[in-house]
Amino acid sequence: MPNDSTRRVLVVVPAWNEEQTVGATVAEILAAATGADVVVVNDGSTDATSDVARSAGAAVLDLPINLGVGGAMRAGYRFALRHGYDIAIQVDADGQHDPAEIGTLLEAMDRQKVDIMIGARFAGVGDYDVHGPRRWTMRLLSSVLSRVARTRLTDTTSGFKASNRAAITLFAADYPAEYLGDTIESLVIASRAGLRVGQVGVSMRPRAGGQPSHRPFRAAVFLGRAALALLIALSRPVTAGAASESRA
Amino acid sequence: MSGYLFAVALTAIVLAMLFVLMRTRRIREKYAAVWIALALAVIVLGIFPRLAFWVAALVGVETPANLLFALAFVVLLLVCIQLSVEVSGLEEETRTLAEEIALLRYDVDKVVERPRAHAPEPEAGGTDPAP
Repeated sequence: MPNDSTRRVLVVVPAWNEEQTVGATVAEILAAATGADVVVVNDGSTDATSDVARSAGAAVLDLPINLGVGGAMRAGYRFALRHGYDIAIQVDADGQHDPAEIGTLLEAMDRQKVDIMIGARFAGVGDYDVHGPRRWTMRLLSSVLSRVARTRLTDTTSGFKASNRAAITLFAADYPAEYLGDTIESLVIASRAGLRVGQVGVSMRPRAGGQPSHRPFRAAVFLGRAALALLIALSRPVTAGAASESRA
Repeated sequence: MSGYLFAVALTAIVLAMLFVLMRTRRIREKYAAVWIALALAVIVLGIFPRLAFWVAALVGVETPANLLFALAFVVLLLVCIQLSVEVSGLEEETRTLAEEIALLRYDVDKVVERPRAHAPEPEAGGTDPAP
């Protein structure tokens, strides 16, 4: 891996109708991660997301239709691959991910020598917390995915992730648009392709809009869909090709 | 016997419709194939109704009509699944194209100087989270 001075970092911000928050998020990223470029993937927004992001200083990819986070992120990874970036970091536009933690992610990535670094909410930093069935689901996902990735993962549904060139190459080709595909299945794909995953605790801020649902029925549906996503991800054929870069 | 004739006539109409659709390229052969096969089977049954009794006895169904209903149900189910598979394939293709368009538009905007007054006009109905 190239050293820090020559390493090109791209922050990918998937955004769907986030005109309220995307400007501030981009500005914060540019201020916090000096030397990094920012690309906002406008996921078919009907509001001014694209313009706001552009005037805040980000490159903007305008998807003509709404594809969901998975589609937006694959476009971001393709952009990173074609423009020769070494690291791609996903930061959500709603302000939940603190751009000040990007440095934490990069530093932990180098220290642990992994291909994918997850910014985890439950790793002792910050006060993000969920309860009840939703928590059990996340526990279940964590224990299964920890086994798949052969490392301890506590927050597998976190979107705050850094990927190196090997992971970018893999995700540019295979990044599911399916429900939970951008988090759970992508980790399974990466682990089974031989990439190494790590996590570091980060503090998260409350979302600007919308809270994760705690109602029992919704939580049960979440459990069902998560279990299905996991089952299918684990039974799919392995994506070949990407070998770990930092291992060499 | 007129009931069987009725079935054969109806099926002939369906076949003619499929033929017209294929002629005008409004249906592709891979989707028409299953309906054509089905129509031919119904015609055969309409001409030789004893066939249904024979098959029903063979698989152990008492009433031949029930066997036909069950088979029809299974065929329709399989066709629905096939269509779902095709739609999923189309969605994946659309997704790839959308990503490619976004990447190309970025490159084009870099090359072509263009006054950028407004956000790109949203497509009607294209922004639902899960269409």
